[in-house]
Amino acid sequence: MIRFLLIKTGLLIPTFLGVTLIAFIFIRLLPGDPIELLAGERGVDPERHARLMAEMGFDRPYWEQYLGYIGDVLQGDLGRSIVTRQPVLSEFLTLFPATIELSVCAILFAVTLGLPLGMLAALRRGSTLDHGVMAVTLTGYSMPIFWWGLLLIILFSGILGWTPVSGRISLLYFFPPVTGFMLIDSWLSGQSGAFASAVNHLILPTIVLGTIPLAVIARQTRSAMLEVLSEDYVRTARAKGLPPWRVVGVHALRNALIPVVTTIGLQVGTLLAGAILTETIFSWPGVGKWLIDSISRRDYAAVQGGLLLIASVVMVVNLIVDLLYGLINPRIRHRG
Amino acid sequence: MATTTPHMPDTSRPPVLDAAELAGAPPHPLVEFWHYFRQNHGAVAGLVIVVLLIVVAVLADVVAPHAPYVQDRGAFLVPPVWQEGGRWDYLLGTDATGRDILSRLIHGARYSLFIGFVVITLSLTVGIAVGLVAGFFQGWPDTLIMRLMDVLLAVPSLLLALVVVAILGPGLFNAVFAVALVYLPHYVRLTRAAAMGELSKEYVIGSRVAGAGLARLMFRTVLPNCMPPLIVQATLGFSSAVLDMAALGFLGMGAQPPIPEWGTMLADAREFILRAWWVVTFPGLAILITVLAINLMGDGLRDVLDPKLKRS
Repeated sequence: MIRFLLIKTGLLIPTFLGVTLIAFIFIRLLPGDPIELLAGERGVDPERHARLMAEMGFDRPYWEQYLGYIGDVLQGDLGRSIVTRQPVLSEFLTLFPATIELSVCAILFAVTLGLPLGMLAALRRGSTLDHGVMAVTLTGYSMPIFWWGLLLIILFSGILGWTPVSGRISLLYFFPPVTGFMLIDSWLSGQSGAFASAVNHLILPTIVLGTIPLAVIARQTRSAMLEVLSEDYVRTARAKGLPPWRVVGVHALRNALIPVVTTIGLQVGTLLAGAILTETIFSWPGVGKWLIDSISRRDYAAVQGGLLLIASVVMVVNLIVDLLYGLINPRIRHRG
Repeated sequence: MATTTPHMPDTSRPPVLDAAELAGAPPHPLVEFWHYFRQNHGAVAGLVIVVLLIVVAVLADVVAPHAPYVQDRGAFLVPPVWQEGGRWDYLLGTDATGRDILSRLIHGARYSLFIGFVVITLSLTVGIAVGLVAGFFQGWPDTLIMRLMDVLLAVPSLLLALVVVAILGPGLFNAVFAVALVYLPHYVRLTRAAAMGELSKEYVIGSRVAGAGLARLMFRTVLPNCMPPLIVQATLGFSSAVLDMAALGFLGMGAQPPIPEWGTMLADAREFILRAWWVVTFPGLAILITVLAINLMGDGLRDVLDPKLKRS
């Protein structure tokens, strides 16, 4: 297992270096030179420009600059935002919990609905229920989620007035952030109604972000389940006279879960891309909205850092999924 | 062979008779394809909708009741015809500047379908070329290409497209390029895997022994046998391309207003969501129907062309 872990981690190094290279090239591919970009709209006089070029190392050869950049990155220095003057890393870390909170809720929503739906569809194969699940999930899979979010706002916020339109919690409540996760912080604050308000703000974004993963998970569960149900060991279990719930829940489900776990892991990239759209629609103060705002403010230092950090998060999560996969499926692990 | 032509003495030699003259000869591949494709009702429905959309897009100038850019100063935010205050000359209502929504949707079909087509053609062609190179030249070219694709895959698709658009500047063509780049790794990986599977087969070795050059081996011998999964991926990729382009338009990074691209229309409509539901609802519905139809069609294609992937 340790060998497996080391190999899998080692394979990440070239990918990570590649991503740093992309982030490094990104700033240099933008029209205009880096100092002008970093100065933003204020501009700099030529003398100061030359001094800054030398100071920040932009006059040195590219490979030297790149090595310097990697050195900085490994020390956690991702540069400073042009707009706020804050270190990019600390900005990202302040906003990231909001994105994690939303993503975790979305994936929980997708799994708790998707798994049973997929299983039911597989068990009642060919029934109206099965066709219904397949039709609904295909629609969910094809959904432009930015539009889906707007529709839900029209219905639940506009017509019914049940949920708020934007933000993480009502402005009535204020308490210092402890964990950065609004659900936990509002609970800890002890103010009555704070937790309910946080939940209320989470519902629509969770549904919107969870829709595509839900569809993918339900479909994957269904097909994995169908495959497993025709295996010999399931027939054996049935023949032994085990109760149906045991055959399905223990013998079939555990084997069907293997591809499903991978699918859930692979949804993380989709989830972060979806977070950009979802957070924009609901003014959710997470890294997705921050990235879009940074792009439109031409805050390229922030975009560069954000790109690197998000890609790293995706890589780490994929690694964890790979390891989990090896853990539940020894065949993969021993093949190396 | 032996059962249909018992009088033939040597079955190992190629048949003397033309295949089509034999009873029970296999049908033309296209006929066979249609036979299986048509059994999937969803796929046929998807195909019909896609064909309709293409017809509407091509004939947009004839079909659309109004010009997509003309503003009617007497008709701001007119609701759809079935709602109170609706007008028959604006079936789906008008937007905040008095433009007919139906006409803009019809013209928007041009953009969405054409964009999807260009994106897929671009990334499919480049992806096939790069994938074949990776598959044929094991060793460092292969390693280099595949690591590069891993890097592209590590960045969430929409984020990568946004970054490319940030470099090139917002706009329709830059967005097309960005999305094409995002989809490239899928085609490279598929082509490489399929090519490597074919390379060790006897017909390729035979062709090589017969003196076929590299280009011939790549494009005439191996590529046709790699096509089925690529066609399936391209169809499903088409729908993702339409979605991603609409998302870029929605974020203000794709087609720029007043182009009637569906995503861009939605971005324009956002501020009216609580006042005029129709401005928001119809462009999104158009995106959903298009993507859904292409996905239905793609599912059907996969079941026929790539039975290994069949979702049973």
